[in-house]
Amino acid sequence: MSVTSLPWTKWAEQVGAVVSFELRKFRVGRKWFFPLLLAAAPVTLACMLLIFGERPPDNSQVTQVFAVMFQTFMLRLMIVFGCALVFANLYRGDMVTKTIHFYLLTPTRREVLVVGKYLAGLLFTSILYGGSVGLTNILIHSVNGPDVADAHFFSGPGLGQLVSYIGIAVLACVGYGSVFMVTGFLFKNPAIPAAFVLLWESSNVFLPAALQVVSVVHYLQSIVPVPIPFGPFAVITAPSSVFTSVAGLIVFTFAALIVNSFLMRQAQINYTSD
Amino acid sequence: MTVDSDQIVFTDVSKFYGEVLGVNKINLKIGPGITSLVGPNGSGKTTLMNLLTGLIHPTRGAIEVLGVTTNDPEAFYRTVGYCPQFDTFPKGITGFGLISSVMRLHGYNRRAADEMASKAIEDVHMTEAAHRRVAGYSKGMRQRIKLALALAHRPRVMVLDEPLNGLDPMARAESIALFQKLAEAGLFVIVSSHILHEVDIISDSVVMMSNGYIVAEGEIQDVRGEMAEHPLGVRVRCDRPALFASRAFTEDHVVEVRIEEDSGGVLVRTRSADQLYMFINRIVLEEGLTIEGVIPIDDDVHSVYSYLIGSNGAVRL
Repeated sequence: MSVTSLPWTKWAEQVGAVVSFELRKFRVGRKWFFPLLLAAAPVTLACMLLIFGERPPDNSQVTQVFAVMFQTFMLRLMIVFGCALVFANLYRGDMVTKTIHFYLLTPTRREVLVVGKYLAGLLFTSILYGGSVGLTNILIHSVNGPDVADAHFFSGPGLGQLVSYIGIAVLACVGYGSVFMVTGFLFKNPAIPAAFVLLWESSNVFLPAALQVVSVVHYLQSIVPVPIPFGPFAVITAPSSVFTSVAGLIVFTFAALIVNSFLMRQAQINYTSD
Repeated sequence: MTVDSDQIVFTDVSKFYGEVLGVNKINLKIGPGITSLVGPNGSGKTTLMNLLTGLIHPTRGAIEVLGVTTNDPEAFYRTVGYCPQFDTFPKGITGFGLISSVMRLHGYNRRAADEMASKAIEDVHMTEAAHRRVAGYSKGMRQRIKLALALAHRPRVMVLDEPLNGLDPMARAESIALFQKLAEAGLFVIVSSHILHEVDIISDSVVMMSNGYIVAEGEIQDVRGEMAEHPLGVRVRCDRPALFASRAFTEDHVVEVRIEEDSGGVLVRTRSADQLYMFINRIVLEEGLTIEGVIPIDDDVHSVYSYLIGSNGAVRL
């Protein structure tokens, strides 16, 4: 059977049905609440800065504040933890609510289920965290008034940086999503792997260079538009190129989805032991 | 190995949960019609059904459903519809929404999925409640919506785990009529039930299970006929029971004859039902006896179950 003779259209429709079913669960099942709370945190902080904060004389200082906020809180905490909440529950949540059999009893390839669930999680987190990053960036750069903001975004580097930050947030969801989907299969309690990944990714800059490359944040950090200093104990490594970073993340994600598909094929319903 | 593509075939299937036995060394062939799985709680009925539908994998052995295995889920789950015991549903969903969404997962477009959902809901007489949330349904309504979900894609094999649980008498009768209609249409309907008199009414054949093993299978009368240690009881209502009794004692296959208290008949226990019926024909012709009725008293599922498994399995009789 050649690749072109495979029923791609049918699989695409089934992926669409899975995405639609999963998104409905986010909406109705209130699974959006804690991920949304995380996404709202930097926006709230930006609003408070806008209302109560001091006006920095130099716009580059504002850009630096956002860069620190992005790399420390948004990338390493908000997105990591948010993706853990969303992706780890795509499978484990269905086991807990004893509803995974509705999927497993349909004539759908397990790989199609994995892709559908992953895309639903990706769509949800990308909109949430991409939106949060974008909105926070705009709000923070509005601290010196609309004229300065206008100049920053339309006459300066602001718009390019904004797009880059949103793109990195989406790429982070792509990478972390695939990791947490695997952990959702392997661990009954998603908090344990989430805590480990959080620790690993947060301490990444202090790890030896050989270990730094075994992380999602290493590749994302290489493509941030505004680098930040991590202090005297940080281990400086050569940044990857944009191509290497993006391609590496995509290959990594693809590999994780293959592992996911394998695990889904092995999945058995034994609700009592879960 | 060639497997009959028009049967459900279990070949030496065992399932262990760690060290706990689910089912052991199951060799079974199931044909079209209604087959009932009968056995006490923990006997392995649900394990067998979960194995059959691919929700769990056998530790040993192989299962083929009409020549298809779960290695080909696209073909397999078009063939099989399962109404499991799990009484859980996605939050906030309506009966119609659930079936329509699942039909979309089957690969049907929205219009076809909606039509299939409507038809299946109509089949289980749930049309009026179709657009209400499942969370507000009674146990019986949830049971019926699960049944509708199992049959919505018109599978050739229907596997129904305790489908009559929680149904009121009217809904039970409607469900039984539906199973019989499906069986008459040539479908394979596999039902597990604790309610033995209903099993007796609906089943073409039974599979009796105990402690993970199949203790008997086949048409109930055939199973009963093979139980030589429990002679079959037949009540014969006639006008001259004393004569019938004295003649019956001369038959080798008869082990007990008792004249009934009202002197209107006899209770005969025989090792061969066929020979007894031949004897009744003979005595009518030779002696001119008037026979009002011949009623087997223990060739139903209930009796076979009692003899084979006993009544200590928390069974609702």
